[in-house]
Amino acid sequence: MTAFAMPVFVFAILLIVAIALLIALIVALVRGKRFRERFMRGVFLAAACVSVLCVLLICLFLFVNGVPAIGEIGPLRFLAGTSWRPGNGLYGIAPMILGSLYVTAGAILFGVPLGLLTAVFMASFCGKRLHGVASPLISLLAGIPSVVYGFFGLVVMVPAVRLLFGSDETGGKSMLTASLLLGIMILPTIVSVSETAIRAVPDIYYEGALALGATHERAVFFAVLPAAKSGVMAAVILGVGRSIGETMAVIMVAGNQAVIPGNPLHGLRTMTANIVLEMGYAADLHREALISTSVVLFVFILLINFLFSLAKRGQTL
Amino acid sequence: MRTPMSLLRKFRVFWHRLLLRALRVAVFAAASLTALITAFLIGYILIKGIPNITPSLFARVYTSENVSLFPALVNTVLITALSLLLAVPPGVFAAVYLAEYARRGNRLVRIARVAAETLTGIPSIVYGLFGMLLFVVWLHWGYSLLAGAFTLAVMVLPLIMRTTEEALLSVPDIYREGSLGLGAGRLRTVFAIVLPAAGPGILAGVILAIGRIVGETAALIFTAGTVAKLPSSVFSSARTLSVHIYSLSNEGLYLNQAYATAVLLLVLVLCINALSSFMAGRLTRASE
Repeated sequence: MTAFAMPVFVFAILLIVAIALLIALIVALVRGKRFRERFMRGVFLAAACVSVLCVLLICLFLFVNGVPAIGEIGPLRFLAGTSWRPGNGLYGIAPMILGSLYVTAGAILFGVPLGLLTAVFMASFCGKRLHGVASPLISLLAGIPSVVYGFFGLVVMVPAVRLLFGSDETGGKSMLTASLLLGIMILPTIVSVSETAIRAVPDIYYEGALALGATHERAVFFAVLPAAKSGVMAAVILGVGRSIGETMAVIMVAGNQAVIPGNPLHGLRTMTANIVLEMGYAADLHREALISTSVVLFVFILLINFLFSLAKRGQTL
Repeated sequence: MRTPMSLLRKFRVFWHRLLLRALRVAVFAAASLTALITAFLIGYILIKGIPNITPSLFARVYTSENVSLFPALVNTVLITALSLLLAVPPGVFAAVYLAEYARRGNRLVRIARVAAETLTGIPSIVYGLFGMLLFVVWLHWGYSLLAGAFTLAVMVLPLIMRTTEEALLSVPDIYREGSLGLGAGRLRTVFAIVLPAAGPGILAGVILAIGRIVGETAALIFTAGTVAKLPSSVFSSARTLSVHIYSLSNEGLYLNQAYATAVLLLVLVLCINALSSFMAGRLTRASE
């Protein structure tokens, strides 16, 4: 009874709030202009506060539910512990932290050179007509849902890696596969953000280099690209954020063993995968440890956001 | 007579030319590789999936024999509609406040921007956990359409805010001045002049948000759940198309049906995104 009454109760409250807002709106319409202006200004202001409220709620719920478990397990044993065996009361997420960092580094290794060179191509080496074809292609890549990427990785890249490297333990589901897939997934971010940064460099840099006798390539790579450095940095940081937070695609191709991988052909498990794989059946401390994992992930993301805003500030200067 | 210095110089010039030549080749190679990857990815899914699209996939009820995606399709539409209902009004109003009302350098504006930027960077699984803790557990909604919709609404809120704000800022000031000069109040100016002028841009943002909602998986598994049925109310658990693909490929039994679902999802999302950029293009042309 209570389990059923509660949702209805909350829903009723939401409904009442909505009706109250509607009545207030009608009152505002009937009463004078001055009141209406003030009232709607208040509504707009309240809406602007919603995003702040959301961030606070997210922090509150994650930290309240996740931090006590870290205390219970012990911060050092939680963050630096190398074995994750919830059945035996061992909650060390070092393999998962390293797993996330490894695949992210791999994704950067594949995605950044390819993406940056493609961005240079789009900004300085292709005509307007070709750009008209290439640019929608990049946004096409950006629009593909991550579960479709994951599915593609599962049915194409996993067998390909298995065939090429003959990995017997994980059958192609490995750090290498996940890194390659993430490298493709961050391509559109890297390309579009870097291209914008390169295009934002004043023409005078390029023209000045040409006037000094530089060839097109030399002007682009040694005058324009260094000037776009902080924008490219921002692109890389965005790529890092995207690949460290990616969940579905990684789960489908990384193998998900909760051990520190010995080489790129071993499977690994990221923090995001750890949450999705075990949240469905976890209880008590195990469940709280998973929420703590997301707290660690959240802290990583906040750090990356901070770095990103630093890079962006460098860009405007 | 050649001095060693000039030899070294010649070598350096040669080396530099070689480097530039190599860079040029690398640029073209990278661009072709990117294009190739994109074409292969989309082509592969289409070629493998389209032959598997059969009428039985659209049966009204999901069974382990027909593996119908119809319930998932309906759920996707429902969740999208609910999320937009929840996210669009606050998102647009917040953008109106930031763009039309707040003074520059206002502290609240700065905080709201930082908050929106933070929300943009949060991975979808963290949204999923948050939604689970707040809506599913704390509010006792259980795995439900409503919990999923609220979670996704929080997720797309910053996107709608940002695109709306950009659209509002692209409306020329002369519109506002004209309206105010004719005696309209600020509120009337916003609703009668500025918002309609920014309409295509706002719509583009909303459509982009639809694309993100339709493609989302991680935020939904622990909020809307994975039940492959048509929902009886907003409190019943329901899987969307994306979750459907994940479940199918996870089980590993229905790979052909997963291909077909992936095609449907891919085409859906790509059409939605194309529509969005078309609308955005109309906005920029209108403001020129």
